[in-house]
Amino acid sequence: MTEFVQYVVVGLANGGVYATLALALVLIHRATGIVNFAQGEMGMFATFIAWSLINHHGLPYWVAFFVTLLIAFLGGAGIHQAVIRPLERGSALTVVMATIALLIVLNGLAGWIWAPDAKFMQSPFPLKVLHVGGVVMNVQDLGVIGVSLLCVAVVFLFFRFTRLGLQMRAAAVGPATSRLLGIRVPLMLSLGWGLAAMLSAVSGMMAAPFVQLDPNFMLLILTYSFAAAVLGGIDSPVGSVVGAFLIGVGISVLSGYARDFLGGELQLPVALAVLLGVLVLRPAGLFGRVVVRRV
Amino acid sequence: MALLTLDNVEARYGPIKALHGVSLVVEEGQAVSLLGANGAGKTTTLRAVSGTVRKTGEIAFGGKRISGCGPETIARLGIAHVPEGRGIYAELTVWENVVLGGSTRRGGRTVKQDAERALQYFPRIAGRRSQQAGTLSGGEQQMLALARALVARPRLLMLDEPSLGLAPTAVQEFYRVVRALNQEEGLTVLVVEQNARIALVSTQHAYVLEVGRVALSGASDQLSRHEGVRASYLGY
Amino acid sequence: MPRTTTQIALRIAAVVGVALFLYFLPQARTDLLNYDFAFVGIYFIAIVGLNVVSGYSGQISIGHGAFMCFGAYTTAVLSVNYGVGKYWTLPVAGLLTGAFGLLFGLPALRLTGVYLALATFGLAISIPLVAKRFEGLTGGGQGRQLSLLSSPIGGVSTNEWISYFVWAVAGVMFLGAWLLLRSSFGRALRAVRDAPIAAVSSGLNLARYKTLAFGIAAAYAGVAGGLLAIATSFINPDAFPISLSILLLTGAVIGGLGALEGMLFGAFFVQFGPKWAESISKHIHYNEATVQSTVLYGLLLLAVLFLMPEGAAGLLHRARFVLKESRRWLYSRNDSRATA
Repeated sequence: MTEFVQYVVVGLANGGVYATLALALVLIHRATGIVNFAQGEMGMFATFIAWSLINHHGLPYWVAFFVTLLIAFLGGAGIHQAVIRPLERGSALTVVMATIALLIVLNGLAGWIWAPDAKFMQSPFPLKVLHVGGVVMNVQDLGVIGVSLLCVAVVFLFFRFTRLGLQMRAAAVGPATSRLLGIRVPLMLSLGWGLAAMLSAVSGMMAAPFVQLDPNFMLLILTYSFAAAVLGGIDSPVGSVVGAFLIGVGISVLSGYARDFLGGELQLPVALAVLLGVLVLRPAGLFGRVVVRRV
Repeated sequence: MALLTLDNVEARYGPIKALHGVSLVVEEGQAVSLLGANGAGKTTTLRAVSGTVRKTGEIAFGGKRISGCGPETIARLGIAHVPEGRGIYAELTVWENVVLGGSTRRGGRTVKQDAERALQYFPRIAGRRSQQAGTLSGGEQQMLALARALVARPRLLMLDEPSLGLAPTAVQEFYRVVRALNQEEGLTVLVVEQNARIALVSTQHAYVLEVGRVALSGASDQLSRHEGVRASYLGY
Repeated sequence: MPRTTTQIALRIAAVVGVALFLYFLPQARTDLLNYDFAFVGIYFIAIVGLNVVSGYSGQISIGHGAFMCFGAYTTAVLSVNYGVGKYWTLPVAGLLTGAFGLLFGLPALRLTGVYLALATFGLAISIPLVAKRFEGLTGGGQGRQLSLLSSPIGGVSTNEWISYFVWAVAGVMFLGAWLLLRSSFGRALRAVRDAPIAAVSSGLNLARYKTLAFGIAAAYAGVAGGLLAIATSFINPDAFPISLSILLLTGAVIGGLGALEGMLFGAFFVQFGPKWAESISKHIHYNEATVQSTVLYGLLLLAVLFLMPEGAAGLLHRARFVLKESRRWLYSRNDSRATA
């Protein structure tokens, strides 16, 4: 039992990393109608900026954290204005391809600026363990869970209770009506991209201390976050967060008990196979609604 | 004083010309109806004013040229356009829909007060503010759209076929509010209608469009006695 | 569609021209370029298949590299573990991968748009991992070493032979796709893409066509993968990174989805785009050429998306249109002058 709880705690920490990124994916999908394949790389790039601020410019961790969030916001909004908006009139495939191009560019750019070799990203939380009723919990894991939940909560409160958040939601679900009401739709979408970039930055900065910081470190996390967003229903913010924690815990428990069979390699394939099975039963995800199309 | 003037406005959808030079005037405080058959260009005229269709010609609002402005700017100048099909955010709640009407205004508190006030016009939806707007009936959605438009504190209210798909009693109820807004609060209204009967009794002035041109105009009560109008639009 | 005899003659001339070009190019260039050229053919096959699924049935697949991986391992395992002749493994690779594609397609095609894109994306990441895990069969991370192919014709180098062989297969596969898409099957696919609901209403079985398109695309990728294994004579899981799938999709998009003639351009872009980007960046700063070239390649792709949103085939189409219009304009001007 204690073993199980430990797996769950580790899984929740991973789930938190996936949740922030999955939420970012859902925000973009609601606003722009596409999957942003560069979302992970945006987080990766932001994490490199944070690393650089801490290690080259001597900023304390939390100062660097918030400066990075600001930069990520500006970068995300800028990418929407410069790249996505001009292509929005084209087909969805064109926009998806543009995000793939961005993925390639950001990946290469990070390797170019910071050299492709692996770096060590520090954690803001002490390397200590807590003993709670026989269960050993890593403080870093708890910290990641806390930060992710806090970010997710802030985003939800923002969308639920502020005028700007409401206008951003309106611009995403009904752009034509929103323009008639005087809402500056392109600006709202840019803000959405900025917010999504901030979320991915949080995801990257939380994940990096557990792995090596190199230009490819977000790829696997992106895959799991995709899976989480799809599992929850790609248009459901709540679903994506729940899906992320489900996937995080599921994988942690599964690989904890079936380590011999899965090895390092089969974790992802098995997770995706399970996901595919779920989707066949519920094509719109756990929280998604099936949209009925008329002829 | 003229609040809105259109001078020789032409508009096209791709190769198809929808407006062949429409000119009309809406006076401050007036209620004006725009009548015509399907495809006469009524909706396009409203869309030209609100900046959602490409056009040539001059449009002035409150003495200011707005032909070159985008819809957001035009909305901010004080034109509230309730589009055909109502444009309700189905996923959002009734209250959120109404509050969004005040997007052009600063100050969240006064917007909320206005939203409360606007809902008072329609007791049927006032009590269901946390319900999803998509679950409302057609008539209720039309009321919601009007309430939302009022929160913008518009100088000109444009309604596109508000009676479409509504039950007769709902049409009566809706236009009672429109008349009250116009006569008691002095709101300028431009309404596009196929239901000429209700439009003519609710407005002071009317224009009749035929294939993208103004074919006839005059005081509403005069037009309702006009033989052609009676034969084509009133059916007696 | 060609109508007049001159148009048909032009088409035949174009095909002959391309064939001659393909024949002489290996002789005119270095042996290394032959090798590159074989790769263009391999990518061409894969992209033609991808075009069937993305261009004609309108579904985004970001996992085509997975099917190439599957085909490559089929060839490698048959040839190394069971001693099957290399050429004979190709049809098997195509059939097996096609069957795998159908199997994957059955559940996946209940998904649309985003969901399918993600499922294929996951597949592209998973298949190499699976190959790594089952060491006994696939050699795991070590991969499989195939015996080197030797040219059966005297005076033709191995690379030349590989290039010819690949292009011969590519020609057959292209012809197959062309005939297939002209048939009622192709019409049904287009109907499924452009008006899915109307297609269903008129009695088409949507899921069947989509799944079939997926299977065909997978079979094409399987053959391409088998050829890849033969051409490189060594494969391991790292030969099929997610970037391969992305490259293939970029190739198809740049070629212009829904138009087969653009795919050749797309294949060239897949093979030479990164190399070209790298050679440019070597001029900028030699040591960081690889990472720079990645950036350059991404920017190149963006530029293509901005400048020709319908791909190379779309550009050709537009050029033809502009030419025709300007000619008409010229004529009409002459006419008006004559009447004046």
